[in-house]
Amino acid sequence: MTAKVAYESVEVGTELPAQSFQVTRAMLVQYAGASGDFNPIHWNEKFAREVGLPDVIAHGMFTMAEAIRVVTDWVGDPGAVVEYGVRFTKPVVVPNDDDGALVEVSAKVAALLDDKQVRVDLTAMNEGKKVLGMSRAVVRLG
Amino acid sequence: MALDQSFVGRTYPPTPPYEVGREKIREFAEAVGDPNPAYVDPEAAKALGHSDVIAPPTFVFSITFKAAGQVIHDPQLGLDYSRVVHGDQKFAYVRPVRAGDRLTVTSTIEAIKSLAGNDILDVRGEVHDESGEHVVTAWTKLVARAAEEA
Repeated sequence: MTAKVAYESVEVGTELPAQSFQVTRAMLVQYAGASGDFNPIHWNEKFAREVGLPDVIAHGMFTMAEAIRVVTDWVGDPGAVVEYGVRFTKPVVVPNDDDGALVEVSAKVAALLDDKQVRVDLTAMNEGKKVLGMSRAVVRLG
Repeated sequence: MALDQSFVGRTYPPTPPYEVGREKIREFAEAVGDPNPAYVDPEAAKALGHSDVIAPPTFVFSITFKAAGQVIHDPQLGLDYSRVVHGDQKFAYVRPVRAGDRLTVTSTIEAIKSLAGNDILDVRGEVHDESGEHVVTAWTKLVARAAEEA
């Protein structure tokens, strides 16, 4: 593991560079193919409405994959991630237009751990609401 | 109807090996729009100390969730999959998944709860490579929403 961030350089409260991720219908189709999750709630609005959703929603795992990029881009080496967990609290609704939805992710160091590891708490927002809860990663720094 | 508590602790047989390919990792990284060179360039991955390209942290879910299908579709358990939503997801990594890995998954039912008519199922997937080394553990919480009153 070769994290480019030194353990000594961070403290509790250190903020990671925030990022925003666009989510369009085309991305959900591409993610369905790459991940093998073809649940029609992620690409068929007729089906989504029939099961009580307002519209097509993003795969929770897609949002989870985007959110951790704030951590992996920060440390450089994605192999430095030791733990990563989230709760899916609210679906990301993706309208059928050019813009889709926007997920805004921020993160900060929440605890310094042994073995040069830190806990990072993530916040992922869409339309002003949290879409991931209890979103935490443990990362081994350099 | 509440799920049978006696299934807690049940472990299912390991899955046949899934061979992780470089191009599958590339396809996944492109699908999540992540340009990190460690996912596509073996030299960049080696510079970070990995023997080949590594997979993004959530890549392994595709493998563990397929394995969890043994649990989800176990007719004896009787989960109503049409009402299932993904509640929580967690991973703990011994090392990153990398190209060339041949991974097997062993799924265990960790907990079954009933809350306000919803069935909540916790499945743990232990992922091992061909040499038997533990690579990652995935915990998946599934919630089967209560059926509407007939």
